[in-house]
Amino acid sequence: MHPTSRRFAANARAAMADPVLQDALARLKAGFRVKRAAAVARLPEFEALKAEARALKDHTLAHLDHYLEAFEAKVVETGGTVHWCRDGAEAKAAVLAICRAAGARTATKGKSMVAEEIGLNDFLEKNGVIPVETDLGEYIIQLRREPPSHIVAPAIHLNRGQVADAFRTAHGGRPPDRDLEEPRVLLDEAREEMRARFLAADVGITGANLLIAETGSTVIVTNEGNGDLTQTLPRVHIVLATIDKVVPTLDDAATILRLLARSATGQELSVYTTFSTGPRRPDDLDGPEQFHVVLLDNGRSAMLGGQFRDMLRCIRCGACINHCPVYGAVGGHAYGWVYPGPMGSVLSPALVGLEQTAKLPDASTLCGRCEEVCPMSIPLPALLRHWREHAFERHLKPARERLGLALWSFAASRPWLYRAVTRLASWGLRRLARGTGRLARVPLAGGWTAARDLPAPSGPGFLDQWRQGKRR
Amino acid sequence: MSDARATILDSVRRALRRGPPPETLRAELDRRMAEPRPNVIPARGKGEPAELIERFAAMATEMSAIIERIPTAAAAPAAVARLLAESGLPPQVAAAPALSGLDWTGAGLSARFGAAGRGDAVSVVPAFRAVAETGTCIVRSGPDAPTTLNFLPDLHVVLVRTADVVGAYEDAWKALRKAGAWPRTVTWITGPSRTADIEQTLLLGAHGPRRLHVLLADGP
Repeated sequence: MHPTSRRFAANARAAMADPVLQDALARLKAGFRVKRAAAVARLPEFEALKAEARALKDHTLAHLDHYLEAFEAKVVETGGTVHWCRDGAEAKAAVLAICRAAGARTATKGKSMVAEEIGLNDFLEKNGVIPVETDLGEYIIQLRREPPSHIVAPAIHLNRGQVADAFRTAHGGRPPDRDLEEPRVLLDEAREEMRARFLAADVGITGANLLIAETGSTVIVTNEGNGDLTQTLPRVHIVLATIDKVVPTLDDAATILRLLARSATGQELSVYTTFSTGPRRPDDLDGPEQFHVVLLDNGRSAMLGGQFRDMLRCIRCGACINHCPVYGAVGGHAYGWVYPGPMGSVLSPALVGLEQTAKLPDASTLCGRCEEVCPMSIPLPALLRHWREHAFERHLKPARERLGLALWSFAASRPWLYRAVTRLASWGLRRLARGTGRLARVPLAGGWTAARDLPAPSGPGFLDQWRQGKRR
Repeated sequence: MSDARATILDSVRRALRRGPPPETLRAELDRRMAEPRPNVIPARGKGEPAELIERFAAMATEMSAIIERIPTAAAAPAAVARLLAESGLPPQVAAAPALSGLDWTGAGLSARFGAAGRGDAVSVVPAFRAVAETGTCIVRSGPDAPTTLNFLPDLHVVLVRTADVVGAYEDAWKALRKAGAWPRTVTWITGPSRTADIEQTLLLGAHGPRRLHVLLADGP
């Protein structure tokens, strides 16, 4: 998917004027935030688990090469194959080669953000393999040919009427005037449509929430059961995962799983957590004959060596997104790429380049709520600040903003000048306010005062008061 | 792809500012994998057996599973027959071969042992362990326990022996590591399948089972 993040401001304005989206965002806040808070309050050990998860992930990242090699060895030992891929192009080629070798015409898919990241669906379709998304949310947005607007709840921006319209268009052979008012009816129709496709697919493609070095297992976490049908019924199972997903042991996985669902949806645990290890055994009665892990770097190893290493602890729970006031106002599509919200504004510049995404690190008030709710203690505001610095250094900020910052820095490093200018500005603003105490318009700050008044300075500044001895 | 493998590992090592780990370090990391350190276990994952059984039942109920206590595993077929009659379903089940020793015919049921197919409405499988912490049933695949039974049928019946109820996930891992060859799949099941993808409305019965019925048996 080509990023449209350069248009963040225009995207955001359109999003805030969209009543359907605003309703959906209100539901998200009332749902995920409240449920997460309740789930966390119920588990006194939550903070201790966070500390443990952070330590185990930092340990794994510090020895990532060893754990990747150990994971690979176990996959091979249990009869699977690991395909190492440097970038999205290599991963797509690897997936297609496996599909072709299996003579696959359709591939069912579990929800995978990495597949979105590399644009797998479009690629498969162009090359004669029809991808079928099976997660209800992903299925709906696939029918509407749009990207996910949330990493956990991809169709969160839609209402039931829009889902019904998509189903009427896509599901042939049903009465066009059927009643599709209730979500239950929509779900049952999707379930019926999907059953035949689960059973007909030649290949099943899933992502992975975790990879386990101890056993060579890949882990998926779902509520619907679609991921398990995807990886159990076809002859071939392909797991698409990036290198940062590996943890050493099953016990380490347990720690992260205690945090994941609670942080994501406020559930104690998702309904199905499945650990898949290799293809079907000789005496097994079901399961895929082939088990492939497409192990993808796509920018992760570069992040490992720099300022953004902490971001590799991310377990994609979406808590930062659910609690971000900016996401809550504009939704996911405004961000213009597959990862929205605070985690996306840190990740997207690293994955697609800051040139395309320089506006995203600014799409934050740095209020710190994201860091507070992050189960992996990722310092998201600090990482966003790093990207702002890079954007400034690389001249990716508009000329006016650069000039403003240059003037401010010139004045701020010369105390006499700073004091003179602020005293003058304070005096000027007081005059402009004409005793009302507020300013509806301020020269050079029209953008700021368009939506609110600026309180006028009420008297001498802090430094003047300090000098006059008002030290309280 | 071996080229890509070398490039990725090189790139990881460059990022970590070191070469391949020395043998002593590798041995230490392998030891960490072979002997997992004790985890932080939530208090609710610990307790006396009777307490854990009660907690498992309470948590599973909260996750929308139905818990039915039965005296022995041998009473499972009769319980399933009752359940099917109450639900207005025909007396047919697809069951895990591991349960072929129970008297299904005697309970008036026609049981087929093997993988699930499209027409199977009801499945019965044994749990390897059940976890009190979150009311989770752990099933593993094998010739005697096909995976499809857990996902295709609408009504999913899981037989849990109270002796197999443990406190925390780690207790189940310990037991599974001892149980021999590692199974193709291990699945933690916590309630019946669900989705909230349409307007955040929680609906049970997404792509997997619509109902999860747990038979909790005290004896063999």
